[in-house]
Amino acid sequence: MSAARWRRAMSGQVISAQAPSAAAAAAPARDSAWAWRLLALAALLLYPAVASPFFIFQVGGQALVLGIVALSLAWLGGYGGMVTLSQMTVAGVAGYALAIFGGNASAAHSLGWPWWLAIAMALSLAVLAAVAIGALAVRTEGIYTIMITLAIGVAFFYLVQQNQTVFNGFQGLSRILPPPLFGVDWRAPVPFYYLALACALAAYCAVAYLARSPFGMALQGIRENPRRMRALGFNVNAHRIAAHALAGLMAGAGGVLLAWYNSQISPGSVGTTALINILIVAVIGGMRHPAGPFLGALLFVLLQNFAIDLVDRERFNLVIGGVFLFILAVSPDGLLGVWRRLARTAHPAARRSSS
Amino acid sequence: MTHFNLGRIPAALAAAALAAGMAGQAGAQQALRIGALATLEGPFAVPGQDGMRGIELAVKEHGGAIAGRKIELVKASSNGNPDTAVAAARKLVEQDKVELFIGPLSGSEGIAVKNYAKSQPQVTFVNGSSAAQETTVSDPAPNFFRFSTDGAQWQYGLGDYAFKEKGYKRVVSVAEDYSFPYSLLQGFMVEFCRAGGKVVDKHWVPLGTKDYSSVIARLPDDIDAIYVALGGSDAVNFFSQYEQAGGDKPLIAGSITIDQSVLGYKGKRRDALVGTPSAGPIADDYDDPAWKAFVDAYRKEFKDGLPSPSLFAHAYYVNAKALLDGLAAVGGDLSDNQAKLRRQLATMTVKTPTGDVRLDENRNAVANIFLTEVARAGDGSFYNKFVKVVPDVDQYLGMSREEFTKMGVGSRTNPECR
Repeated sequence: MSAARWRRAMSGQVISAQAPSAAAAAAPARDSAWAWRLLALAALLLYPAVASPFFIFQVGGQALVLGIVALSLAWLGGYGGMVTLSQMTVAGVAGYALAIFGGNASAAHSLGWPWWLAIAMALSLAVLAAVAIGALAVRTEGIYTIMITLAIGVAFFYLVQQNQTVFNGFQGLSRILPPPLFGVDWRAPVPFYYLALACALAAYCAVAYLARSPFGMALQGIRENPRRMRALGFNVNAHRIAAHALAGLMAGAGGVLLAWYNSQISPGSVGTTALINILIVAVIGGMRHPAGPFLGALLFVLLQNFAIDLVDRERFNLVIGGVFLFILAVSPDGLLGVWRRLARTAHPAARRSSS
Repeated sequence: MTHFNLGRIPAALAAAALAAGMAGQAGAQQALRIGALATLEGPFAVPGQDGMRGIELAVKEHGGAIAGRKIELVKASSNGNPDTAVAAARKLVEQDKVELFIGPLSGSEGIAVKNYAKSQPQVTFVNGSSAAQETTVSDPAPNFFRFSTDGAQWQYGLGDYAFKEKGYKRVVSVAEDYSFPYSLLQGFMVEFCRAGGKVVDKHWVPLGTKDYSSVIARLPDDIDAIYVALGGSDAVNFFSQYEQAGGDKPLIAGSITIDQSVLGYKGKRRDALVGTPSAGPIADDYDDPAWKAFVDAYRKEFKDGLPSPSLFAHAYYVNAKALLDGLAAVGGDLSDNQAKLRRQLATMTVKTPTGDVRLDENRNAVANIFLTEVARAGDGSFYNKFVKVVPDVDQYLGMSREEFTKMGVGSRTNPECR
């Protein structure tokens, strides 16, 4: 069966599953979804006008950047059924490549290429790394994918921590700055926010579009039942590796932005905590919709910054952990799941409209 | 009807974001807000807590107020990572609107916070206990002040002592592979090499190394001592494996190698530690009234504290005390971008439990360093016995600024004297 036929079959299934009354309600519901999206976009665009620099940069900018990396995981996990722990590693590959091929504080560790070449190199290496990781990981399923990607992530952490000649060891590489393009300091709060927003929107649209493309449909089919898809003539591994490549591009872009955001990269940026944080962000946000990781990242950043104000200063990690546990206990598919649940109780017929 | 409700949610979100943004702008309080940053999580959580105790002690000594303004400590936490340190500093300065800032704890955090300080010229930063040389040696920030000493300063005087008093001529070093041990080793070698000693080989091991057999196998026989700069469990692992391999060379210890967490370990080799010389910013049994008063105040104030203030509590205390003393001396005047306070900080002499401290032109401390030796107390426990004070150690390690710049800060290969 061709991909186009598969898609028809899929969409036919979706429509036939809906009750006649639901089909009638679908058109206005779609309008509301668009209204909702436009409002969200307007709010995102106007946000710097009302927020303080701290909220623009450290909350807004950081949430967008973390959201991009987490979106790459949601794409793999939510659409491809492959939960990996190595997305931060791929982002780290891009960050290190940017620092090494571009410029950083240590002349012995930088090649000083022009910024556009360094960025291109960083993104290509991230995609390459993702493909390599993908080629290894697609041979496994479920928890074994998590294990092998964790192993790769930890191996990369130790590599950059112990290698002096290329990665500068424990110290890492500092003063990684965005190019002063158009005379703008892209690390100032407002320009950085819009830069991150542009990348986040691009990633969001790419995932939203690809999820409905033949490739995305086939990928979701593979998520549901890989054996059946193989029997139908799809090359399961090739689809999965291609999904890894796209996730690598997103994570790489996130890694470049993250290196600029922190203006440095060190083994701590790709350590186990960082790897797991990305999983937490994606899971609390919800992996079945491209907006989920960004919501998760926003909550994560807010908690990291403000949990310390809520309780005793020595115990604030308890609040962070407690909130995560609570969300997952209430809604296994994250914040977006909470949302959908509310919408469903309010108006059961509209439940299929938002996806 | 549902979509009508759904449509409202983004507007509510935008309103919430707006409210949150406004909250950030709100309020110039009467209280004097001082940001305090230490590692309250991660591997340095215990030192971080002790650092906070140092600040609290200094604030208490000033009666919790300066020139009629009540002091409000706003604490923040990092985990030893420069990213989290800058994020926490940014929150304190930009969100909580602190006017003064104390911290951070570890070396690479210090470099990152110093760089951040440059973008916030309206706030005066004083160091916590971070001890990286680069923080003040290269490209210092005009509003970052360090009244504590750096890693190389901590070991100054040890090289001379090891060569002349102990008679060690040939030494091999075993140290963790990051900037702080580089600094320690430089502080030791500057004098040791000048006196005629040789460091014939350097072994750099990754943090958290468990197996030292390959290092131990390569230790030559014709050396007089081993210079060890390993922290915590790394040091214990090295000592026990060296003992099992039949090693019997005496040791010279970096400041982190012989702290209480290491001296408490059990094993035969522990007896061999007696007499191991080291140096650092404090000595537990320093027989000086000011130090004793400090230890007493610490024990009285913090029932849950350590038996004796750690060097982190000491460094945070000294920095906080300097800041508060300076502020009291100018009558709490923070006008004109805190110019008066900064002039005062740069020129004053601070009375600390470990003697007088003043700043050099990079705003880094010139202070006393203590030579110690491991000794056995009456109850069988081990401690660092005070040997002597090395007075007024500066960041250039007894060289002129030009000589030091030519040498550069400590690294894997700097300095060398084989």
